[in-house]
Amino acid sequence: MLARIWALVIKEFLALMRDKKSRFVLIGPPIIQLLVFGYAATYDLNHIPYAVYNQDSGFASRQLLGDFQGSTAFKQVATIDNEGQIAPLINNEKALLVLNIGPHFTRDLLMHHPAPLQVIINGRNSNTATLALNDVNTVLMHFDLRWAQEHHWGKPPAQLVVRSWFNPNLLSRWFIVPGIVALLVLVVTLLVTGLSVAREREQGTFDQLLVTPMRPVEILLGKAIPGFVIGALEGLFIVLVAVFWFRVPFVGSIPALALGLALFLLAGVGIGLMISSLSVTQQQGLLGVFIFLVPAIILSGFATPIANMPEAVQYLTYLNPMRYFLIIVRGVFLEGDNIPMLWPQYWPLAIIALCSMAAASWLFRHRMQ
Amino acid sequence: MNLQRLRGLIRKEFIQILRDPSAIAIAFVLPVFLLFLFGYGVSLDARHVPIAVVVDQPTAETSAFVGGLQHSPYFKPEIYGSLHQAREAVMDRKADGIVWLRADFSRQVIQGKTAPIGVLVNGVDANNARIMEGYIQGVWQNWLQQRALNAGKPLIIPINAEPRIWFNPALRSRDFLVPGLIAVIMTLIGALLTALVVAREWERGTMEALMATPVTMGEILLGKLIPYFIMGMGGLLLSVALAVWLFAVPLVGSFWVLLVCSALFLLAALGMGLLISSAARNQFVAGQIAIIVTFLPAFILSGFIFDIQSMPAPIRFMTHIVAARYFVSILQTVFLAGDVWSIILWNSLALLLMALFFLGVTWRRSRKRLD
Repeated sequence: MLARIWALVIKEFLALMRDKKSRFVLIGPPIIQLLVFGYAATYDLNHIPYAVYNQDSGFASRQLLGDFQGSTAFKQVATIDNEGQIAPLINNEKALLVLNIGPHFTRDLLMHHPAPLQVIINGRNSNTATLALNDVNTVLMHFDLRWAQEHHWGKPPAQLVVRSWFNPNLLSRWFIVPGIVALLVLVVTLLVTGLSVAREREQGTFDQLLVTPMRPVEILLGKAIPGFVIGALEGLFIVLVAVFWFRVPFVGSIPALALGLALFLLAGVGIGLMISSLSVTQQQGLLGVFIFLVPAIILSGFATPIANMPEAVQYLTYLNPMRYFLIIVRGVFLEGDNIPMLWPQYWPLAIIALCSMAAASWLFRHRMQ
Repeated sequence: MNLQRLRGLIRKEFIQILRDPSAIAIAFVLPVFLLFLFGYGVSLDARHVPIAVVVDQPTAETSAFVGGLQHSPYFKPEIYGSLHQAREAVMDRKADGIVWLRADFSRQVIQGKTAPIGVLVNGVDANNARIMEGYIQGVWQNWLQQRALNAGKPLIIPINAEPRIWFNPALRSRDFLVPGLIAVIMTLIGALLTALVVAREWERGTMEALMATPVTMGEILLGKLIPYFIMGMGGLLLSVALAVWLFAVPLVGSFWVLLVCSALFLLAALGMGLLISSAARNQFVAGQIAIIVTFLPAFILSGFIFDIQSMPAPIRFMTHIVAARYFVSILQTVFLAGDVWSIILWNSLALLLMALFFLGVTWRRSRKRLD
């Protein structure tokens, strides 16, 4: 039996690696994607383009603008001298925000009146606007503290002292790159397994397989192993790139990640084979992979937090293997998790893997008659 | 170019579409499904963030601050007895952060010193952590304001920032995500619709049969392009209708501008699909390339969710070859800001050039040859 499965595995690998194009599709794009997405997928803002409309001639406004110029988060792109110029700058996305300093800014401050500062922000991307506003507030807070001290405004009764765990500089790359491990492993596994049965059906070689002495389970295993192996190798590669190229800290236990990856691959392979056994043509198989893959990515917490979703949708995410693996991979990378800590993530993955494998083998037999 | 032959080809394509319902599913069911999924599933607005609150010595001063957290729509504070327990809660992912008021908080406040408020956030999800910090800052500022008001003194913060957020004053993330989504969805549909069709003809050998007829290669390509263009536009209109009526995204700009730009974008997307399809000549490879070069770049490199301005220069440069980038920019502007011509014209020009490029290359590559 082992020899038969082994033969089928070799045949599957040959079928996948036979021509140059499909070989390239399996190896090239994941590497390119990892590098591109690793750099591109970031929420961190730097060099926020801003413009200044300063109607005040005093030293306080100059001091404030100096603070903005000194901050790496901001980059001044224009200085304007009338209100009509604000709208074109924001409309054409030349500046993300405009600082509008009123004519009595310095006078107000010297007279111990709070001085208004208008911040006009392009809200087209609400997330960018929120973060930019936070950055503006940080600069203002430093200015306020200094000004209050130098000009005897009295101290505020309390001050926030903010510290963040696991990711002290709040680099979103540390969050996204481990997520890419999950993303690309799932894509590759589904592509390899999702089309494998459908391809044979379409080419008519499936009937030939059926008349061999192999049992359905053996055929299924023969189809599952290549997806598992390719997914595991690519997962390993991406983890290495994340650690050594992107310098994402890896503080957790390696076995914990390995166990998680194995369970995640099993779940992915199972779902891929399920789709594959259901579809008669490759087009259907591809469509099936897509219909699973897109929601799986969106509802996983990869780019946007699950906690922000409506409650009903949050329950739906419990069916998504990527949800669990993302927690595992981020936990192991950043939070230093080990196997016992990740137990709540392992068992749902194992159940998904078991159910999808069982369903795949049932569909496989069922669809044969 | 012979119109009658072209009509025949288009008819054949439509019959094929009707026979295999998967193309109809791609054009009409998929956008609805995806828009529902993304529209409800993707949100960057944090609400009711679970946060652990540790008050070493409860007093009137501390309860005013904790009350501010409780009244904020952004937080769901939970009181913990000690910092140790709160840490455990963060470790178990029951809370996203800790607000810690030390034992001498009230004493320092009353004595006119500056009391530190400890804020610890779980930084794994860096974006969420930043947003949370901003919200806590807001609670703190409200508390300061309230104290000043109660004491009958003016607020002692020197600068009074007045944010004016244009186009989306409530900062609803759905308003910018849904228009961007339409671009992502249409990229996917355009590529999926066409990526498989030419490859299918090659694989089934019907391409050879077509070549033996008097139709020209240009007619074959147009015969593929026109039916799928019509279906794609149908899917697009459906998505816009859902965005406006179901998700209540304001459409500030003009519908006709949106329509023309969408047509240009769809031509580019279909052109890319046709190019992939005629280059691969194999449904398996064509399908995989279509997924890899369309969906993920449209998701990550288009500015749909990640800001292009913040990417490193080489990546920013690369985004110029992603058609969805131009369409996302047009959609976000037309939906939220209105008809800003400088943005619409430049991006439309880019889309037009891309459409011409893809269709031109496909046409040049397609010769009546069997090798």
